[in-house]
Amino acid sequence: MHRPPEPRMKRPRARRPRPTPADLVQAAPGPEFEITLDGRALSALPGQSIAAALWAAGVLSWRTTRRGGRARGAFCGIGSCFDCLATVNGTPNQRACLVPARPGDAIITQEGHGRADLTV
Amino acid sequence: MVIVGAGVVGAACAYYAGRAGLSVAVVDRGAVAGGTTGAGEGNLLVSDKEPGPELALALLSTRLWRELAAELPPEIEYETKGGLVVAADEPGLTSLRAFRAAQGAAGVESTDVPGDRLRDLEPHLAHGLAGGVLYPQDAQVQPALAAAHLLRASGARLHLGAEVTAVLRGPGGAVRGVRTPRGDLLAPAVVNATGTWAGRLATLAGVTVPVLPRRGYVLVTEALPRVVRRKVYAADYVADVASGSAALQTSAVVEGTPAGPVLIGASRERVGFDRTLSAGVLRRLAAQAAALFPVLAEVRVIRTYQGFRPYLPDHLPAIGPDPRAPGLLHACGHEGAGIGLAPATGRLIAAALTGTAGPLDAQPFRPDRFTEGTEPE
Amino acid sequence: MPISPSDTHDLAVIGAGPAGLAAAVTAADLGLTVALVDAAARPGGQFYRQPAAGLGAARPQALHHSWGAFARRAGRLAAHRTAGRIRYLAEHHVWAVTREAAHWAVHAVRGPDGAGARAEVAARTVLLATGAYERQLPFPGWTVPGVVGAGGAQAMLKAGLVVPGRRIVVAGSGPLLLAVAGSLAAAGATVPVVVEAGGYAGYARAPRTLAANPRKLVEGIGHAAALRRYGVRLRTRSAITAVHGTDRVEAVTLTRLDRDWRPVAGSGLRIPCDALAVGHGLVPQLDLATALGCATRRTPDGTAALVLDGRQRTTVDGVWAAGETGGVGGAELALCEGELAAHDIAGRAPGGVLLRHRDRLRRFAGVMAAAHAPRAGWSDWLRSDTEVCRCEEVTAGRVREAVGDLGARDTRTVKLLTRAGMGWCQGRMCGPAVAHLAGETALEAGRRLLACPVTLGELAREER
Repeated sequence: MHRPPEPRMKRPRARRPRPTPADLVQAAPGPEFEITLDGRALSALPGQSIAAALWAAGVLSWRTTRRGGRARGAFCGIGSCFDCLATVNGTPNQRACLVPARPGDAIITQEGHGRADLTV
Repeated sequence: MVIVGAGVVGAACAYYAGRAGLSVAVVDRGAVAGGTTGAGEGNLLVSDKEPGPELALALLSTRLWRELAAELPPEIEYETKGGLVVAADEPGLTSLRAFRAAQGAAGVESTDVPGDRLRDLEPHLAHGLAGGVLYPQDAQVQPALAAAHLLRASGARLHLGAEVTAVLRGPGGAVRGVRTPRGDLLAPAVVNATGTWAGRLATLAGVTVPVLPRRGYVLVTEALPRVVRRKVYAADYVADVASGSAALQTSAVVEGTPAGPVLIGASRERVGFDRTLSAGVLRRLAAQAAALFPVLAEVRVIRTYQGFRPYLPDHLPAIGPDPRAPGLLHACGHEGAGIGLAPATGRLIAAALTGTAGPLDAQPFRPDRFTEGTEPE
Repeated sequence: MPISPSDTHDLAVIGAGPAGLAAAVTAADLGLTVALVDAAARPGGQFYRQPAAGLGAARPQALHHSWGAFARRAGRLAAHRTAGRIRYLAEHHVWAVTREAAHWAVHAVRGPDGAGARAEVAARTVLLATGAYERQLPFPGWTVPGVVGAGGAQAMLKAGLVVPGRRIVVAGSGPLLLAVAGSLAAAGATVPVVVEAGGYAGYARAPRTLAANPRKLVEGIGHAAALRRYGVRLRTRSAITAVHGTDRVEAVTLTRLDRDWRPVAGSGLRIPCDALAVGHGLVPQLDLATALGCATRRTPDGTAALVLDGRQRTTVDGVWAAGETGGVGGAELALCEGELAAHDIAGRAPGGVLLRHRDRLRRFAGVMAAAHAPRAGWSDWLRSDTEVCRCEEVTAGRVREAVGDLGARDTRTVKLLTRAGMGWCQGRMCGPAVAHLAGETALEAGRRLLACPVTLGELAREER
């Protein structure tokens, strides 16, 4: 579902460096920390939601749909659409756009309802 | 003939009348399944009925639904999942077993399940329940889809979004059709299948059918894999169904659906058509469901909705011709069992319209049974 | 005297965006005890969404208009909290408001995602300032990762300082698109084009309303200047009608629209990009209000909003509303209406200046709504396999079958027959599209008795 990070932080060819969102608001974030997506280490900044940390790493999807098995990620960004549901530290169906990333969070790509363990 | 009401009962009447060769029009002020049908869980139950006329109707319907499932597309989600009624303690189990014995004499199939075998049937069921009874004849459909496909298969002409404003009577008093804002629909027979609102239509025809609403809530969870195999409920549900009390009654009825969500009913209140939310009712339903299936406590409820069951004072439906208004027939007042009882109701109505022998004795369902000896208002 | 959690507050304000924040601090100024209940971790709502504290943003105002108006009120909120006049309940997701014997009960679940314990607040009056969410109209490919809401892109940028790609097309309708494009470009993304399905000609037809709202004009000119600075083109009367790429956006197709928003055949233009931010204006969030029985009306942009009187009262006694719930009108109007409502709740007559300001901004909102209202031809760009309901993966073809063959005439019946709108979002994303496909004439506000999900265990818990 996820791809290697886009080289977004690298400077483009233009003479002027491409500004970043952090430049715009003159951000001086706290120390970054590590989270994992399907076991792969990614870095996150304090205060970022899980969705924001994944976007920053170039990851746009972390869930597959119940019927079609198709990739989905954050869409509405404000907790209304529930498309960004993630399984975080074993608990499924958490809105990644609302839940803050915390050091050591283990996110796994959620398949469908994310509760296959309950099947009888 | 004209059927007023595009819920499941109207749809079943249309289906069997169409098969009997009648030309049918169905009129509804809203959409297909817009009233109580759309708010139902789709239960086709025999387990909650004591021996008597309603059980006879339910047993016939059980057979008819099986036939319909073979004729209608699979989208109606017919499942012969069976019902499991559980008792928390020994006194409850004793009365459940007595109830079961009486039902058995009337033709209901069931199996006694000791407490320590319950989790073989439903692995997520709470520990420590005294025992239960398994009812293999209990089944389920998706009610709105069932109504829509019955209507489509009936070949009836649909007039949706057209509210009936008058029941037309001929010079001799006989019913000859209905009036809607889009024009008159003329027919020698009019069937009142307007469910909870049937009293209003009866009034338009000058007769009284004392149908009243009994409010229920359903809680709907997030989509889950199959965690509940059957329809599972506590034995006190049966007492609630039969009760005439206006006070709030709740007894959790829990079941999975092919689409994923688990549905949790069933509360009963007589509060008219009040649609304001009662947090207390939701709390009781949730607590009872979590007591039956502790695993559900962590699951999210994503929706709740209300429905208004149409009930008559003796908790039996009104089915058949109304002698007070020749040409008017009623098919209403099924309370919380309309989905299940619809096919048998449709057969009785079709038989009455064609003058053929009905599949069972319709005397207990006479629509004028509440007004004997008195003049309608 | 400071208020304690078990007290019945004079006022419960639901939502701490511009309307709720303004109402809460004004009501506290006027001597009321207030509970300010909000889902987010920090006040400001979607409009004044700020980077989390840990991100250390020195200049959050770089992403906002009129930050000062927010900062002043946030300062007053802090003072009132210290003085014990406002109880601010952050990360409280309100799932219902119910009428009890002698008060209103506000039922919430706690935590960033509402997965925590339940909490109740009692109050003698309620102000609903629940804001809005973005209106989406489906199109082929809108579920591909990299297609995000325009408001969503803005929210993720404001709060998390992230963008979904390097080259982002912004599309849909409404003035928010210009603001979003400007922010994305300022944050370093390339925005090749803003695609507006309507146009801006509608504004010119109401010159008096424009002249009476000079700040709105300045705001618009500011957006236009920002877009010029970043080389962003504006294409009106056009829409994105296809997304290319399966796991991720690779390009989109831009198509011209006729007056009725029907795609003009043969006009497709492929634009390479790695993300698409889309939205068609905002939909007032009315779940709590409709569950309480508040009456709604249809606004010029085709959404439902609350019926309010001149003092921000809903049709239910004891319940007020302000901001987008009364019809989408922006932050300045929301601030103004919040203050108006607070005055009325406190039994004070608001100043004439405030009333005239509100009326002027409401008129502007009407002009704006009419200029960008979706036209009926939009659904011509749907293919029968285009998903309309994202949650339950219900296609346009199945919705049309339910309407054409199975007797559906409204969103409720389409939902019952197809499951469109039955999933996690409860029809918030597909509702406007389904209503259109169902030919719903008397638009009914979505009725959701639960305004957000609640775990069964918390629903079952005995109230305090």
